[in-house]
Amino acid sequence: MITLLEAHALHHRFGRTAALDDVSLTLRRHEILAIVGESGSGKTTLLNALSGRLTPQRGDILYDDGGGPRALASCGEVVLRKLQRARWGYIAQDPRSALRLDISAGGNIGERLMASGARHYGDIRAIATHWLEAVEIDPARLDDLPRYFSGGMLQRLQIAATLVTAPELVFMDEPTGGLDVSVQARILDLIRSLVRRLGLAVVLVTHDIGVARLLADRLIVMRHGRIVESGLTDQVLDDPHDEYTQLLVASVLPA
Amino acid sequence: MQGYNFAYLDEQTKRMIRRAVLKAVAIPGHQVPFASREMPLPYGWGTGGIQLTAALIGPDDVLKVIDQGADDTTNAVSIRSFFARVAGVRTTTRTTEASLIQTRHRIPETPLRADQIIIYQVPMPDPLYRLEPSRPVARRLHAMVDYGAMHVKLYEDITRFGRVAVSYDHPVMVNQRYLMSPSPIPAFDNPKLHRSPALQLFGAGREKRIYAVPPFTSVVSLDFEDHEFNPQRAPQTCALCGSTTSYLDEMVIDDQGGRMFACSDTDFCEQQRQAQHDHAA
Repeated sequence: MITLLEAHALHHRFGRTAALDDVSLTLRRHEILAIVGESGSGKTTLLNALSGRLTPQRGDILYDDGGGPRALASCGEVVLRKLQRARWGYIAQDPRSALRLDISAGGNIGERLMASGARHYGDIRAIATHWLEAVEIDPARLDDLPRYFSGGMLQRLQIAATLVTAPELVFMDEPTGGLDVSVQARILDLIRSLVRRLGLAVVLVTHDIGVARLLADRLIVMRHGRIVESGLTDQVLDDPHDEYTQLLVASVLPA
Repeated sequence: MQGYNFAYLDEQTKRMIRRAVLKAVAIPGHQVPFASREMPLPYGWGTGGIQLTAALIGPDDVLKVIDQGADDTTNAVSIRSFFARVAGVRTTTRTTEASLIQTRHRIPETPLRADQIIIYQVPMPDPLYRLEPSRPVARRLHAMVDYGAMHVKLYEDITRFGRVAVSYDHPVMVNQRYLMSPSPIPAFDNPKLHRSPALQLFGAGREKRIYAVPPFTSVVSLDFEDHEFNPQRAPQTCALCGSTTSYLDEMVIDDQGGRMFACSDTDFCEQQRQAQHDHAA
């Protein structure tokens, strides 16, 4: 398995709070890695650091774009932006903050295409239509404004707008956070099938053990900015070693 | 004229503006900040253009000022007489006679020459300002050549109206690098920016920015491969000179709904009529 993303001894403090305390991890190609932990455990900070949105105060993040691992810190902002615009994706918890609500669904899906140089209107529309179908939105709504979409549809639209450039690595921050349970299940189903079909590598932040169990190959448990346990998802959840992980697993309500 | 420096501005200010101009010429399409001065006319009336003119004009220059294509509207007449008073230079309404042309909203129909400089008055220098409200973020977008949002806007226009809905200030790419606002000239004039032999300078007084298109620089209007840039022109002929190619103004001439179309470039119209007159005589 080829390593895609690697973090070495990340440290980051907000004032006196250690948000990241000696965090190291590796992500392989086509692998789904979940980061779980309670609020304030540093999992979102870790996601931001890995996706280049925050520069950690110490430590290195290496990314392998096929030509050998390179440190994000040394590749410069222009290269980083290019990665973020096409080869990486970021799916936020609140699709309203990530989408343009006064631009049609097609325009939202087309944005990343146009930012990477697509200049054929007809092709952009055809691709956008295809992606609406892929995320189970009626293609007839291509020219509708997202402000009239439901929460679940918005999240599906954000997924389409992110995956349209066929990224190899997607960061997800609580992708089903604000949704009701039945919608959550459908979105999770959709993410699972798309991720497998496209062979994406995913870093997924969630506080929901159920989501991690459903999607993730491997799991990292964080507390107070440290990794307390990591391993294969089933292994960690069925046989948790760390005291905190045991508590976390035990506190899941029985279905 | 007593009590004023030549061309109104003091020499320090002129030097500062010339430095900004040099930098702007060196980086085509890039907006260079400058310390815009108070001028004896309100913001929005051409304070940026008038400062560029003041910094560049010399005693041998011949100045033409265009306002919406016309030489005889308030703004054009006032700025012309302003420089006639404070610099004592010759002024003209003929495009071919001018060495310095300050303009608002038009490029002359008569092609410009390499020994001419055209100065545009610009209200809003940043083409991204309607898309990205934060100035620092917009500047980063320029630095990263991150112009996807501009195309999203054009995409949205075509989706809603079937064509790009802006008929003026249509954004252009300069030298394949910077996205630039051509100032509120009609899209019809955009092709004249491309590889023009004249030096083209843009001044925004309120926004304190100067930018430039050096002679023979590539200027391409944004479009899609299957929806090419297609500037509009009223499909009429000029009622005065009969031109079928020049950009026309539509005028209401009575309260019965009567309308007249005439060249917006008054100098061009006059030359056409003169030529016809000479031909007939």
